[in-house]
Amino acid sequence: MSTVPADLKYTRSHEWVRTLADGTVAVGITDHAQHALGDLVFVEVPEAGRAVKAGEPCAVVESVKAASDVYAPLAGEVTAGNPKLKEKPETLNTDPYGEGWLMRLKPAPGALTGAALLSAADYQKVLEAEGG
Amino acid sequence: MGRQTPLFKLHQELGARIVDFGGWDMPVQYSSQIGEHHAVRRAAGVFDVSHMCVVELRGARVRVLLQRLLANDVAKLRTPGKALYGCMLNERGGVIDDTIVYYLSDSWFRAVVNAGTRDKDLAWIRRHASAFGVEVTERTDLAMLAIQGPEGRAKAAQLLAAADADAALALPTFVGREIGGWFVARTGYTGEDGFEIMMPAADAVPAWRQLNSFGVASCGLGARDTLRLEAGMNLYGNDMDEGTQPFESGLGWTVAMEPRERAFIGREALEPIARDGSPRKLVGLVLTDRGVLRSHQRVVIPGGGEGEITSGTFSPTLERSIAFARVPAGTGAAVQVEVRGKLLNVRVVKPPFVRFGQSLIGSSKGPS
Repeated sequence: MSTVPADLKYTRSHEWVRTLADGTVAVGITDHAQHALGDLVFVEVPEAGRAVKAGEPCAVVESVKAASDVYAPLAGEVTAGNPKLKEKPETLNTDPYGEGWLMRLKPAPGALTGAALLSAADYQKVLEAEGG
Repeated sequence: MGRQTPLFKLHQELGARIVDFGGWDMPVQYSSQIGEHHAVRRAAGVFDVSHMCVVELRGARVRVLLQRLLANDVAKLRTPGKALYGCMLNERGGVIDDTIVYYLSDSWFRAVVNAGTRDKDLAWIRRHASAFGVEVTERTDLAMLAIQGPEGRAKAAQLLAAADADAALALPTFVGREIGGWFVARTGYTGEDGFEIMMPAADAVPAWRQLNSFGVASCGLGARDTLRLEAGMNLYGNDMDEGTQPFESGLGWTVAMEPRERAFIGREALEPIARDGSPRKLVGLVLTDRGVLRSHQRVVIPGGGEGEITSGTFSPTLERSIAFARVPAGTGAAVQVEVRGKLLNVRVVKPPFVRFGQSLIGSSKGPS
């Protein structure tokens, strides 16, 4: 059973969003996602300054088996990609909600409130519907 | 739901993730694919390969049939139990499947063919067998376990009674024998020493549990794929198929053009290629940049020309990405591969990449 922290927001495509004190958000992939992907061996994160639209592929996570896109949960500007993942992609497996964050975003005006993000309870229902 | 092997319920009980493989519900991994890979390189692992198709070929003219069906020559098999790897070709020289055949007696050979090509293989074999009076029987009553790794044979021998264990451990490479009611062969698909054991289906679950209790790791098809790629072994459907011939698939060594009078199917199509050389070849690639090479990515040759990756993955042993690619025959030592619009630098090497736990490609860490 994968963990779904109550204080985060989620997408149906298995990203999580954490609102930080400075108004930016951290984005990563969920425990369910890392488990489904298996051992991660390569991660490509976006450069700071890149503008992303909600739902746009903005990072790539590769396990031994396959490459998968990660989608921007909301529109905004990338303020940082996690530099540690280049050397230690397996951090996504071991700490998906902490050290394994993928990028920080400065949400576009209204993007955070307008984005169709899921609560932890609703994301849990998505997982149950997927049989996971 | 696909077909299931006698071990299916045990795989589920062991927490395996199940995927479809050639119409079969098979375990792709139990806990960590990389962990399972290392278990085989460093100690021992067990794979369920019961989905593979075992075919008995019986008849006085079975050797003549196989000399027609296979591009490799079963005349090389002189000692009972000896195995031969080779390809069945169509008239155009394309690969119908690759197979291992065991010579059991002058009127009895056993072939192991791929699960995904089972139906067409059986139809092809039967179509030709009738003219030679050879009886073709699929052994659906057997399970097959592959126990691989430096400790694999010793652990597997513990499944057997003492005298049988001695007989199994005395098997030379690429030889199989009936031992204690099982067919034990010193073969594999990992680049490590080990056995592949065919046994009655009812024996499979107790054998697997015992192997686990001896410290042999349960391993899925995911680890099997990274191990075989490191070992430089082809996967049918990825690295060769009916549209490619052996000389452009790294399988020239399995084609016996001598003696010239042996009229195997596909020979006429291969004659000019054997004489003049193949315009394309299958090579090994090692990624020097970061990233992961995958099948169907485009290979860009400096000075013009291009090729395609047929199998690619992350190599847990080398800790970098490796691949097979089909490229023009003149391709040199350095190429690039297009990955998501970017050109990554790649070294061209001769497979295998890894054998008996050791890297064979020089420095495993390139500059990056």
